[in-house]
Parts: sequence; C-alpha cells; structure tokens
Amino acid sequence: MSKDRSLTIALIGNPNSGKTSLFNQLTGLHQKIGNFPGVTVDKKTGMMPVTGHPAAKIIDLPGTYSLYAKSKDEDVVTDVLINPAVKDSPDLLVVIVDVSNLKRNLLLFTQVKDLGYPTILVLNMGDLATRMGKGVDLQMLEKELGVQVLTINARTGDGISALKNTLLRSQTTNHQEFLDIREIVGEKVREQMNGHHLIRPYLALHSLLRRNAIDKDTAQSLEARETTLRYRKISKLVTDVEHNQPQKGLKIYTDRIDKILTHQIFGYIIFLGILFTIFQSIFAWATVPMNFIDHWIAQTSGWLGLVLPPGVFTDLLKDGIVPGVGGVVIFIPQIAILFAFIAILEESGYMARVVFLMDKIMRGVGLSGRSVVPLISGVACAIPAIMATRNIEHWKERLITIFVTPLISCSARLPVYTILIALVIPQRELLGIINLQGLVLLSLYLVGFFAAIGSAYLLKRIMHSSERSFLIMELPTYKMPRWKNVGIVILEKVKAFSFTAGKIIIAISIVLWVLSSYGPGEKIKHAEEYVRTTTSTLDLSKKEIDDRISSYKLEHSYAATLGHIIEPVIAPLGFNWKIGIALVTSFAAREVFVGTMATLYSIESSADNTTTIMSRMKDEKNPRTGKSFYTIPMGLSLMIFYAFAMQCMSTLAVVHRETKSWKWPFLQTIYMSGLAYLASFLVFRLFS
Amino acid sequence: MTKPRTLAQLKPGEQGEICCFKDDKLALKLLDMGCLPGTRVEMKFHAPLGDPICFSVDGYRLCLRKEEASSVSLVE
Repeated sequence: MSKDRSLTIALIGNPNSGKTSLFNQLTGLHQKIGNFPGVTVDKKTGMMPVTGHPAAKIIDLPGTYSLYAKSKDEDVVTDVLINPAVKDSPDLLVVIVDVSNLKRNLLLFTQVKDLGYPTILVLNMGDLATRMGKGVDLQMLEKELGVQVLTINARTGDGISALKNTLLRSQTTNHQEFLDIREIVGEKVREQMNGHHLIRPYLALHSLLRRNAIDKDTAQSLEARETTLRYRKISKLVTDVEHNQPQKGLKIYTDRIDKILTHQIFGYIIFLGILFTIFQSIFAWATVPMNFIDHWIAQTSGWLGLVLPPGVFTDLLKDGIVPGVGGVVIFIPQIAILFAFIAILEESGYMARVVFLMDKIMRGVGLSGRSVVPLISGVACAIPAIMATRNIEHWKERLITIFVTPLISCSARLPVYTILIALVIPQRELLGIINLQGLVLLSLYLVGFFAAIGSAYLLKRIMHSSERSFLIMELPTYKMPRWKNVGIVILEKVKAFSFTAGKIIIAISIVLWVLSSYGPGEKIKHAEEYVRTTTSTLDLSKKEIDDRISSYKLEHSYAATLGHIIEPVIAPLGFNWKIGIALVTSFAAREVFVGTMATLYSIESSADNTTTIMSRMKDEKNPRTGKSFYTIPMGLSLMIFYAFAMQCMSTLAVVHRETKSWKWPFLQTIYMSGLAYLASFLVFRLFS
Repeated sequence: MTKPRTLAQLKPGEQGEICCFKDDKLALKLLDMGCLPGTRVEMKFHAPLGDPICFSVDGYRLCLRKEEASSVSLVE
C-alpha cells in the first residue's frame, strides 16, 4: 500500500454478527451511500476519522455466510474481493465473528483468509456470549489461524479504540493457508489454476469460478467438498479453543419469547397489533410535522412574493421551486417514522419472525415472507416501502414486490378519495349501520390491496427466473435495539430519499409550473384585463378576482391545452378536459389533484375549505344532459383511476434507483395506467 | 424398505442426524449454514401454517421451508 493513498478497509461477516453495529462504531455519522453499478444492492462506505492520519475508508459489505454467493447481495462481497478491477479494492479485511456461534462464523473467515489479503479476526463478544460464559482461548486461536485476533463488544463499544489502533498499524502478513485448496481440486482444475498467474491458489480458484471457467457440476461438487473439509477442520479447532461451559439455559430467553410471538393465534394478533401501531403513528404522528412543513412552505412562498421584485424569476421561485422542495420535504416525517419502526423491528430480531409467520401465505402469489413489510409500508408511502425491499434476497420476488407495491393505496390518495367521495357518494346508511361513504373508502383500499396481490400472481406466472427461491434463514436471538443504530438508519433513508428522489421531484415541479403558467397565444398575458372587464359589473372582493384570474390563466395554459388534447382519450371514462388538466398536473404527485381542482374552480387555492370546492364542482353541468357533471359513475370511475394509475414521479425515481434501470419504472407506468384506464372504463360503463 | 425419514418429519423437540441431501443446489446453501452430514438437528417449532419450520443447529435457530427440510434425509 502506498503512503499517499488512504487505507481502505472492508468489513465482512455473517448476517446478525454485529457487523453494522461495528461499522457505525467505526464511522459514526461519516457515512455515505454508494452504489456499485450493475449490482442491485448497495454497499455502504464511511470514513473513520483518526487524528494524525488521513481518514481510513471503511466499506461495509452485505452480510453473507459464504464466499460462494447464493444471492445478489452476497455477490457484492465476492465481487469486491475477487474482481481485481473493482473500485475500492480493500487493503485490509476485518472479519467480524459472533462468538456465540463460532463454528458457523468461522467458515466465512477461513475462506476470506485464504484469499490472501491482510486479515484481522474480530470476535464480537455479545452480551449473550458473556452471559453464557463462553470463553475462547485467544492466543491459541491466533496461533492456529495465523492472524491477529481481537475482541470487541460492538453494541457497547468495548474494544473499539484498541481495534482502531490495530487497523492503522496492521500490515499483517497472511501467508499460511487454512485449507490447501490444491489438494482437493483435482487434476484438471489444478492445471487451470496453474495457468492463472496468481500467487494465491484460492483466489485463482475463485477467479476461475467467476469467469465460469469451470463446468457447473465440477464446481458444485468442489464447493461441497471444500465446505465440508473446512467445517471438519473448524470443528476440531473450535473444540480446542472454546472452553465450553455447560450450556444449559442457553437461549432460553429467545425460546420463551418465540413461544408467544410465533404462537398460532397470538403470533398473528401481535403482528396485527404492531401493524396497527405503525399505521396509527404514520397517520397520527406524522401529520403534525407535515402540517407544519406545509404551512412553512406556504409562508415562505408568500414571503418571497412580498420581498422579491415581481417577475418571472420570482414566480418560478415561489410557485415552482419552493413548493417543489416542499413536496420533497413533506414526506420526510413519514419516512423517518416508518424507518424508525422498521429499524427497531430489524434490530430486535422480530423481523425474521414476521418473515417466518407470513412466508407460506405470501408464497402463493409469488411473493415471499420478506415482502410483507414493504407492502405494509406502502399504505403510508410507496417510496420508503420500495426502499424497504432490499432485504428480499431473491431478485424475482424483490422485483415483483417493487412492481406491485405502488398499487397499495398510499396516503397521497387519501385527499383525492375524500373529496370525490364527499362529492358523489350520498351520506346514507346501509342496513341502518354501515356508512356508505366509509364503505366506499374501505373498498378503495381493498381494491388496491387485491390489485397488488393479483398483479403479483400474474407476474409470478409470466416472469422467469433461473434464480431459485428458498428460505434458509437464521432466526436471530432477540436483542434490545441500539438507538444509535436506529438513528443512523433513519438518517440514511431520509438522506437517500431527499437527494435521489428529491432532484427529480423538483425538476418535474418546475416543468409543471412552466406548463401551467404559460400558454399559447396572448390570452394569459391579458388574463387580468379580461377578468377585470368581464367581472366589473359584479361586486367581487380582491381575493375573488385574483382567484378568477388564476383560474383563467390555468384554463389557457399549456397544461389546459394538454387537457383538451387528452379529452377524447379520457371521455370514455366520463372525464372532461378539466379533469384532464388535473390528470396532467397530478402525474407528478396525486395530491396535486385537489390543488388543481381548487384553482380550476376558482376558489381559494390554499384553503382546505372542501365545501367550497365541492359546491363549485357540483355546479358543473354536463353540456349534453344538463345534469350535474359529477355523477356517481363518473366519481367512482375517477376514484378507481386514482387508485390504480401510476401518478407519482417520486415512486418512479425510487424504482429506478432500486432496480438500476428505466425498464421497470417504464413498464410499471404502462401497466398501472393501463389497468387504471381499463378499470375506470368498466366502472363507468357498469354504473352508468 | 421404507424411505428414510427427512428433517420435515421431525416433531417438535425431536432430534435427528443429517445423513444426506437430495437436492444438490440446496445442499450447498445448507452446508454454508453448518448443516453437514453427521450434524445433529433438533426441530423446535413450526410456523402456524405448518411451514416454514424452525430447527436448532449448532446452538442457533435455522428456519427452512418444509420443501427444503424434506430434501434432507436423516440417519436411520
């Protein structure tokens, strides 16, 4: 390693070995989210600040049980270690091992060590191992493995500073191999390895395997033989170094909790209770900061209008950029709360139980137990929900989950449903007890849920995947969540959302602003004049005149032109050009519907005075029938349209980010819009 | 001759010793997880719908789908 380059250290370990805790301990808040192009799961990098040295770069690789990758995220690990062309090729490897599970954890360690990098073994002495009285003979372990061995407690931070010092000093040479691979590969592969000019035979073998230079059957039997031999040696080693105290009472804690949490009846009741709590907090707690942000954005916008000289730039700033930023910021409370819950469930070990409880049910429709959390999160917002699909190992199942999650009715649809229901559904009781309006709202949520499940089933049928679905999953012991880790997760998700999705949302809101502020011809320029002359006989307040002006402007804008253009297309669904405008503007975000309607029906645009919007909308007459335009069939058709259509730029941005391609967001838009169109058409015909 | 029993047939609390794997692909993953021929496995409990199943392997809890568990046969 040259002196002028900062040290790059990779963290490797089994899932649940405390790797993330260690990463957080080493880097604190100096983390950034990095992508490997073409690979679907992120690795994280962070800087470890050290006084007197250039900060060392720490790479947190996804948890894996073996170098023989069985899923996409495990593949990241092998890629970093085997592919010489990879960016951030590490100078030093730190393998963290959960001491309460020494045998299984050492498999990965011995594989990694044999690659020949300078390697340090870190034993994570969880509270559990200490309580269990497991003692490990460190000196013997160091001697047998030929590497430096350190102990830490990743949760409390014990031993971290000693580890940091070792990392900076360490130039640990690592010559002695744990398993001589040449002895087991057989003649043919040995020759191939010799042709491969690498000093390390094990690295050479993995390079060959990655290039598919060894035929499948040979590779498989070789892998099986190697793993078995490694385990045999490890077993012997572990018996020697571990002072096995009587292990009675071991993990009794976890067993007891599992008796309740995976119980036939209580298991599901508790799960539903937790779900309910999550929904409740997303809808109840998040509204406070969301209202505050909404208010704050409106104020800033108004304030800018007062202090800046009038002009195009000011308009763009106050009507385009500021609300655009607001549209991003407003989702942050929901994202933060949702991920706080997800992080706590993950940290405590409960998430694996959710997978365990739900797997059988979800598998029937092409999803896995791991799809449950994203689908639930979708009720709040598809953006964090799609980000939460990362822990689905199976690519096809993950893709299906990403694809169907936006069909779940999110919180942005709620204001649209509310206003339309109030407008067209009569306030009546069914059978004397069931509120008809409430029933329609519930049905809309159910329709979304079943559409998601149905689509998943459809995709399961048409998508092919060579990757095999399996659920071979460790159920970790229950632990108290570390609040620091929870905090870091929240911060990371909020950051990822704000910077990635945020950029696109802001860009689109600027485009929309241009479309709705400018129009063909001179009409928009003379809007004020026109409205003033035509309304001069009416006794209107300044506010009412202003509203009429903005309505007039919107009616003659490019957005309206688009509305008129698409009118023939949406007419079979019972929509007119005004709804066309709303559909165009709410392509970026559904909740824009209400605002657009408010402007179009020239009423106070910032008010949540729904009665006024509604009375205006009710007055709209159908030119052919002379009756109210907003009839039950038309209202239902519109609601169904909003339930299904992909009208959320932020979701598309996140899908692009998570799938690393435009193919999926594109297909999703086509599919969901097609479904929306078809369903709306059927509903409109059926009820007319 | 009766077919050898598989992991999927163990009852809660019952133990068995792994003999061999019927599925090569799954075998590799199971080997990674420490399920080797000769390893003693105890069935702990199953999910409410009977699938997946939780086993105790080398002191940790491993959950397998029923289908996967039935690809592992036991020593008689």
